[in-house]
Amino acid sequence: MSPLEFHDLTVSYRQKPVLYGIDACFPTGALVGIVGPNGAGKSTLLKAGMGLVPMSSGWVRFFGEPLAKVVRRVGYVPQRNAVDWDFPVNVRDVVMMGRYGRLGLFRRPGKLDRRIVEDSMERMGIGNLGSRQISELSGGQQQRVFLARGLAQQADLYLLDEPFAGVDAATEEAIVVLLRELKQQGRTVVVVHHDLGTVERYYDHVLLLNMRLIGFGPTQEVFNVENLRQAYGGQLNVLSRLALQRARTTEG
Amino acid sequence: MSLLGDALSHAVLPGVALGFLWNMNKDPWTLFAGAVLAGLFGTWVVGLLTRRTVLKEDGALALVLSGFYGLGVVLLGVIYLIPGARAAGLQNYMFGQAAALSHQDVWLMAVVASLILVVLALFYKELLLNGFDSNYARSLGIPAAILEKLIWLLLAFAVVSALQSVGVVLVSAMLIAPAAAAYLLTKRFHIMLLLAALIGMFTAWSGSLISYVGSSLPTGPFMVMCAGLVFVVALFAAPQDGIISRWRMARNRQLDSRRENLLRAIYLLWEHYGEGTENFSVDDLERRSSLKVPQLRRQLRAFARSRLIDWPSEDQQTFSLTAAGWREARLIVRKHRLWETYLQQAARFPDDHVHADAEIMEHFLDETELQRLERRLGYPKVDPHGRSIPEVHPNLS
Repeated sequence: MSPLEFHDLTVSYRQKPVLYGIDACFPTGALVGIVGPNGAGKSTLLKAGMGLVPMSSGWVRFFGEPLAKVVRRVGYVPQRNAVDWDFPVNVRDVVMMGRYGRLGLFRRPGKLDRRIVEDSMERMGIGNLGSRQISELSGGQQQRVFLARGLAQQADLYLLDEPFAGVDAATEEAIVVLLRELKQQGRTVVVVHHDLGTVERYYDHVLLLNMRLIGFGPTQEVFNVENLRQAYGGQLNVLSRLALQRARTTEG
Repeated sequence: MSLLGDALSHAVLPGVALGFLWNMNKDPWTLFAGAVLAGLFGTWVVGLLTRRTVLKEDGALALVLSGFYGLGVVLLGVIYLIPGARAAGLQNYMFGQAAALSHQDVWLMAVVASLILVVLALFYKELLLNGFDSNYARSLGIPAAILEKLIWLLLAFAVVSALQSVGVVLVSAMLIAPAAAAYLLTKRFHIMLLLAALIGMFTAWSGSLISYVGSSLPTGPFMVMCAGLVFVVALFAAPQDGIISRWRMARNRQLDSRRENLLRAIYLLWEHYGEGTENFSVDDLERRSSLKVPQLRRQLRAFARSRLIDWPSEDQQTFSLTAAGWREARLIVRKHRLWETYLQQAARFPDDHVHADAEIMEHFLDETELQRLERRLGYPKVDPHGRSIPEVHPNLS
């Protein structure tokens, strides 16, 4: 049973389509990069899947069910600039939020939850920042907090919205390691990704998007110049073309 | 959120008037129901205007706030024309009058307060999560939209039950000021909630006391003044974000800089005299330092107290550095010159650009950063201007 399946998904914003007729069935255990130009609807695809923006047609299924039935198996990590980092909580409080879905209403976090929270922070290299105010974090640390919160959910499918945006090199490396670990544990990971130069190194599957689906499949089959030209059109600038060529030559 | 509270509190006024007109008396439960309905209707209109028209939320809020308030004033004016209604004391709803509260009003407040406490206790973690990251809350399957409506309902309850004592015009200040003061004092959500409640209680109590003592003074303005006072005190005295502690930190930094700059000036004077010099003339130092004479004298006396310098003669016209003084002077010069070297070598700054930056950075480099800098530069002996970089413990190396 596919962990995530879109069927004829269409999303509109103010009467204009943002995503049009998307069909995609994600294989279990895949590490998928969603790639496309700005405004292609990459983040919207994840949000529509999570029911955060309304879809005008089509359906989404998680593990063959509607989201509400399997919500505990799905971990969504939003863009880190979507929240107010001056909110009066510390790092441990935020990571603990990852447990709230499992706790359900009225229950307070117990010993097991606290241990999982500490483990998740440790795994993201922020084990010593638990009592730190979130307003004092750097961009990379904020992203690590969000990922630790996702880990604390212990989901089987992760949807990450631009985790690499504006993070330092060490954090980028830590996230890559995390993605591979999650894949090795048999979990499925879907990542909105911006940097064409690293796509081939980071992901085994690629979903190319520009309002409609341009291509979806194993990276070496889909991530090619024709598809990229289709997705980016005139926007594929010299820099990303060079990055692409470099990736090609180092590979071959 | 704060502005919505403001709009909601003004929007309840026509509800109060209509509640009175319903059965022509001041039955608190009818007025309560009318006011809550009007307030919720007002917030619904705000949402409608934002979604369906070109108005942005601030415009919609302003429109609803003033429109509903105006309608309320008109309705109250109509009520005044009805014989006998003037005595009902509806004008107390404008600015609040705690002395006019009846037993029933107090019961109403108690019920509302307990209700709010119970809901807060039950849904604490969901409300916390929804406040921080509502999209994530929804992704966990938490019914964020329902929670939000619940919060509006509770907010309407709280506003309406406070109307008699604080008044329509100022009740939103009681929503915001205690929370704002608490936010300055703590950065943990649960402590902030408690603190805001305590501050709210204190200001309500002190405001009512003043209005009671001053017989028939309106209660609302005094409560709000008290809340404002608490906020101002917090603004100045908060342990971390307060103006006083920030000022003190800046002041300490400035004093540290002054101290270190003078030590460096002494070291430069020593280089100018030539090695082997032991006694420094205070006059010479005065000419080379940017400090004014009294400040410099004061700083030298402070150095003498902390045993960084000695006065060889009674007249205090010359001084010498102690071993500790030498160590500190060498350390600050070492930081300055290492940073200049770093800027020139690693950051490729031109020679004549490095000094100003080192002036500042020398005060910020701590022990570990200094060591990292030394390692990175390969323990250089000379700075970009060709002057030697002193060792802090020359005898050991």
